[in-house]
Amino acid sequence: MSAPHPAGGARRGGARRRFLRNPLGLASAIVLAAVAAAVLLAPVLSPQSPDVSHLKDAFAGPSGAHPLGFDTAGRDVLARLLYGGRNTLGGALLAVLVALALGVPSGLLAGYRGGRFDAAADWTVTLVMALPAMVVLLASRAILGPKVWVLMVVLGVLVSPGFFRLVRGIVSGVRNELYVDAAKVSGLSDTRIVARHVLIVVRAPIIIQVALVAGLAIALQAGLEFLGIGSGDTPTWGAMLNEAFKNVQRAPSLMLWPGLALGLTNAALVLFAAAVRDALDDRTAKPRSARPRSARPRSARPRSARPRSVRPRSARRRRGAPGAAPAAGTSRPDAGALLSVRDLAVSYLTAAGATEVVHGVDLDVREGEIVGLVGESGSGKTQTAFSVLGILPEGGHVSRGSVLVGGTEVVGLPERAHRALRGDVVGYVPQEPMSNLDPSFTIGAQLVEPMRHKLGISRAEARRRALDLLRTVEIADPGRTFASYPHEISGGMAQRVLIAGAISCDPRLLIADEPTTALDVMVQAEVLGLLRRLQKERGLGVLLVTHNLGVVADLCDRVAVMREGRIVEAGETERVLRDPEDPYTRRLLGAVLDHVPARAPWRPAKGPTP
Amino acid sequence: MLSFVLRRVAAGAVLLFVISLLSYVLLSIPGNDVGRQLLGQNAPQELVDAKNADLGLDRPAAVQYADWLAHAVRGDFGTSWFTGENVAEAVANRLPVTLSLMVCVTLLTAVLSLLLGVWAGVRRGAVDRAVQVLSVAGYALPNFLVTLVIVVVFAVRLRWFPAIGYTGLTESPGGWLSTVTLPVVSLSVAAVAGVAQQVRGAVIETLRQDYVRTLRARGLPPSSIVLRHVLRNAAPPALSVLGLQFVSLLGGSVLVEQIFGLPGIGAMTVTYTTRGDIPVIMALVTVTVTGVLAINLAVDVLTGWLNPKARAA
Repeated sequence: MSAPHPAGGARRGGARRRFLRNPLGLASAIVLAAVAAAVLLAPVLSPQSPDVSHLKDAFAGPSGAHPLGFDTAGRDVLARLLYGGRNTLGGALLAVLVALALGVPSGLLAGYRGGRFDAAADWTVTLVMALPAMVVLLASRAILGPKVWVLMVVLGVLVSPGFFRLVRGIVSGVRNELYVDAAKVSGLSDTRIVARHVLIVVRAPIIIQVALVAGLAIALQAGLEFLGIGSGDTPTWGAMLNEAFKNVQRAPSLMLWPGLALGLTNAALVLFAAAVRDALDDRTAKPRSARPRSARPRSARPRSARPRSVRPRSARRRRGAPGAAPAAGTSRPDAGALLSVRDLAVSYLTAAGATEVVHGVDLDVREGEIVGLVGESGSGKTQTAFSVLGILPEGGHVSRGSVLVGGTEVVGLPERAHRALRGDVVGYVPQEPMSNLDPSFTIGAQLVEPMRHKLGISRAEARRRALDLLRTVEIADPGRTFASYPHEISGGMAQRVLIAGAISCDPRLLIADEPTTALDVMVQAEVLGLLRRLQKERGLGVLLVTHNLGVVADLCDRVAVMREGRIVEAGETERVLRDPEDPYTRRLLGAVLDHVPARAPWRPAKGPTP
Repeated sequence: MLSFVLRRVAAGAVLLFVISLLSYVLLSIPGNDVGRQLLGQNAPQELVDAKNADLGLDRPAAVQYADWLAHAVRGDFGTSWFTGENVAEAVANRLPVTLSLMVCVTLLTAVLSLLLGVWAGVRRGAVDRAVQVLSVAGYALPNFLVTLVIVVVFAVRLRWFPAIGYTGLTESPGGWLSTVTLPVVSLSVAAVAGVAQQVRGAVIETLRQDYVRTLRARGLPPSSIVLRHVLRNAAPPALSVLGLQFVSLLGGSVLVEQIFGLPGIGAMTVTYTTRGDIPVIMALVTVTVTGVLAINLAVDVLTGWLNPKARAA
């Protein structure tokens, strides 16, 4: 019944608050309210009737009783502006209502039901959208007569596809959500589900679209009036602009007021829409940032906050425990190592200030050695790896410590110099094979390009090397893979390609960030075997970031266990796995089922037991 | 690829047929007495009937449409009811004006919004905010209002360009340039605002992709990442917005041609449609819808060329 809902009341209230706190949003809302009020109160506010004309007053400037002066026919500009607004805005309102009435129900139905109605509606919409609105409006004026209200109905029909597409898209996305399934299972009728769960989701986007369509309708209608094909002498902003433009040489100032009214109203509508969107985006941005891969920095905080609040001080105390990693800054960097990290801290600039996500990490990787960096997601191990490569996401930076890569200090190193190390001193094997290949380029192009940049070799030479590399990573048909696009190969192949890319410029150090996590078990074993072989053959130093202790046991010479941005234990793999000193490492090991003794097979009891 | 294009052309032809049928039916419904309109209130009824028969209006609507279609597919759009001009010729004479306008606007929009969008998306910060403000302003202000301001400032006050009139490109390239500059700029403002915003969004989205990080980790310089990989991946969404802009440009050109007195099909639309000159309206509907369909097809083909996944589908 009350399935969890993305647009719950409390969050919605938050969106409203955010909207009101946005100065542009507030200002646009005030302008819109003021315009609406002025237009509604036209009879009270106008100095005289909009049609009263005294030719002697033509082009007369402002005076006390007539603050905006008179137009070309000696009519009061303010009165025409106010009454004109009634017609202009009323017409736009009609168009929006027609568009809503047509677009929203059909969009709901098409999105919720799909099938034949969806296909037919989509085709109709394509047809309507291929029509140039202005031409159709002009044509319908010729047929239906110069009645503004009729034209606005036609305009409403023409812009209704916007609502249809919007609602249909959202609804068909929501249809398969779990909470809608839950509502279905609990026996709610389709009407109730649409009313309770679906309409709420589309409400806000519809508000945005209404503002945009209203702006469009006002602009188109004013354009029609400006062409002089509105309804005769009725005052509208477009007609006022038309009259003023005819006299642009004599009194260009007459264009000011209708132009201003039109511009201000439209700008307010668009800004209103933008502010609503921003207020809503803010809300949706948070869950989206919890995506594990690219946006780890922000998500690291809420995730690690939970365990920290459960066991606040014990983790800290443990750092000093005997046998754990040396305390930050106590040991000197190992200049002979391929990678030597000392007291590394990584911070992110957020709206609330800098947040540290890695708090003083020490780590060494020597030639020909595989070092595992283990920990749960959000423990900071990927951030540590990115710092070494200098590819921290936007807002992230190394706030303290030292990182020696092949003897070169990279903290504070200019980007260009750091870039020179990437590829030919340190290579990178990413986690998710598919998303790490550019979908628009062939595998070959993606292998050739860095080699030509880094090694300065010819295209033919790079191509030959790339084919060799593909053979090295045990790809059966290098020629075909070279010419393939990423979507044409399997995940395991893609990971091999990425490994080939990582070693293409002969680096001495490899940083592999969960290189097997996204792969099937069989493929995992193959890729690990490949990594080990390459490491042996080339004497590479490897920093293997993983959460899989099985992989560590299999591959790593040494291991460091990371938790909440700190290394809690480090040492020889065998020692750490057999005899963990840190309680957290013990818990990690405890979570691995491999060490649990197998249970005796179940035997059905046969007959009475003695 | 070829079969994809052929399929789309076929679908477009069907769409064009349906739209022309609908237009004809709608135009014929009110049964306005064209003969009466042409000959005036005082003309004797026999003459009016004869005129209607002459125009073929005494036949059933279905027959009229079939007749129109049979001629139209051969490029014969009949003669104007009001001026007696050959419709196909009249449209063909004005089409170059509108087309040259459209081509200039589209090129200018593509180049400017690419530059602005990439710059804003890559650099962020102040440049980004400036582009954002520009986009909202360009989007918020009705296009014809922007046009009016441009006319008042550059033609009336500064007198840099003529306020009105048109010189053919073949007559005098310089004259052509001075007469189309303001119309092109006027039409481009809103289009650039919309497309630059889209390019910016697509660039930012692409820069966040994992493969961009991996390319950086391979040691590629930012210039080659942005110019090759980001641009290529950000282009399809930008292109589709450019295609949509083209449709609204056709509407915008009606106003802009009217304001600048350009003898294009936009201005023609205003003059002839208000009179209810069905042969001309039908020809104009056919031409504009064909233009829209052609642009949509071009966008799809380009997208397929840029995006290997769409190509396979």
